[in-house]
Amino acid sequence: MMSTEVITAMKTRTIARHFRESLKSLGRNSWMTIASISAVTVTLLLVGVFATIMMNLNKVASDLENDVEIRVLIEIIPDEAEAKLAEDQLVDEIHNLPDVEEVTYSSKEEELSKLIKDFGDELSLFEQNNPLYNVLYVKAVDPLKTAEVAKKIESFESTYEVKYGEGKVEKLFNFLEIARNVGLVLILGLLFTAMFLISNTIRITITARRDEIEIMKLVGATNSFVRIPFVLEGMWLGIIGSIIPITAVTIAYYNIYELLAPRLKGELFQLLEVAPLMLQVNGLILFIGMFIGIWGSFMSVRKFLKV
Amino acid sequence: MIQMNNVVKKYPNGVVAANGITVQIKKGEFVYVVGPSGAGKSTFIKLMYREEKPTSGDVVINGINLRTLKNNRVPHLRRQLGVVFQDFKLLPRLTVYENVAFAMEVIEEQPKVIRKRVMEVLELVGLKHKVRMLPNELSGGEQQRVAIARSIVNRPKVMIADEPTGNLDPETSWEIMNIFEEINRQGTTIVMATHNREIVNTVRRRVIAIEGGMIVRDEYGGDYGYEN
Repeated sequence: MMSTEVITAMKTRTIARHFRESLKSLGRNSWMTIASISAVTVTLLLVGVFATIMMNLNKVASDLENDVEIRVLIEIIPDEAEAKLAEDQLVDEIHNLPDVEEVTYSSKEEELSKLIKDFGDELSLFEQNNPLYNVLYVKAVDPLKTAEVAKKIESFESTYEVKYGEGKVEKLFNFLEIARNVGLVLILGLLFTAMFLISNTIRITITARRDEIEIMKLVGATNSFVRIPFVLEGMWLGIIGSIIPITAVTIAYYNIYELLAPRLKGELFQLLEVAPLMLQVNGLILFIGMFIGIWGSFMSVRKFLKV
Repeated sequence: MIQMNNVVKKYPNGVVAANGITVQIKKGEFVYVVGPSGAGKSTFIKLMYREEKPTSGDVVINGINLRTLKNNRVPHLRRQLGVVFQDFKLLPRLTVYENVAFAMEVIEEQPKVIRKRVMEVLELVGLKHKVRMLPNELSGGEQQRVAIARSIVNRPKVMIADEPTGNLDPETSWEIMNIFEEINRQGTTIVMATHNREIVNTVRRRVIAIEGGMIVRDEYGGDYGYEN
């Protein structure tokens, strides 16, 4: 019982010592500290900017995807009862298609009042003699299946015309797909560069202090006793290096959002809101910074421990 | 205390620095290790604190066999030894006090105990008034005294010194030698590799001469035996 307590106390004391040492060491090696932090800062800034852009691009893409719907104009049938029957049948047929998520009916009167709302009262002249068609709005389960579904609907008897922005939609999807992939590759490339850069800087720091490591080992320090302060130092470098990127990215995105969000009101796509996005991006920056710092030190100090 | 049985050390580049060394050093002895440069003195010393592993044969210190000692137990061996080098090997960014205290922090000693003991050994080597200085603010002799303080702070049973006076002028060398004698008087075994003819011939102790990786002479109260 007693001895357990003593051992625990010692460990806490030693951990406190390691933290103290790692902080002292940052100050003592100020030149290398600044070099490492600069490297971390630059790379994390790039990672942060790209992550923000990529996540927004993703949002825009899925907004647009979700907005792709098929407009089915229903053929006009003179007899009202017959027309009603045909419409119901069409709705059923579309519902029974695979990949259809939802079908919404909109009468030609509703269509006209939408137009009037969008383009002004001049159009109310047409209320007397409405030239529009009754419309079904169809959404595919997977936006990428839109073209397929549209083609099937076209073959039904009571359709007059099927519209879904043919061609344009496909081009948009292609573009978004490429943009996403390019962005992913860029982010991965950046991360890799950042890791390489940071672990290299830390390696230089540690190489400059290999004599210290040797001496520590010679007076009987265990590997972990030598290593932990270095690893903690790497962690500090990562944390300090992520301060500027986190601040800069957050401020920049806040301003961009304030500027653009009002203008995008009512558009098909929106930017991601500041709070949750910045929390994610900043978390990512901090995590990457700490991870590379810790990993870089760990790997670099290992080489010099074999004394 | 220290025992070597037919120890051979062959380096990867083909140099045979120890070629069948058998020796026994008893508790409390003071042993000089002499011999020309490149004869294997340093290897003999390094084998004792496991900087080098023997290629064959056994090195046993305090009952620990260094040939079979696992890497992760090496720190515990070194805590039982005090090691002093020609180039002092002080941590340049730490003060005199911190350098000595470091050896005690490594063994997770209590802060109170550390402060008391560090001041005690610094007083023994006569540097109590320079505890806040950095190594580069001290003379060579003072730096070596700090290194000695560090090596004895954990009360090792064995002290190993590799040319501790090699970088010092004669007068300072004698000061250092006096400290070693004092430590030895307190019962610590000392093994000292040296080129210092004057010291060996004046303070007569056991002399082990090494040439070509072999012990060519082992004599109590012997002389240095080489022309400088």
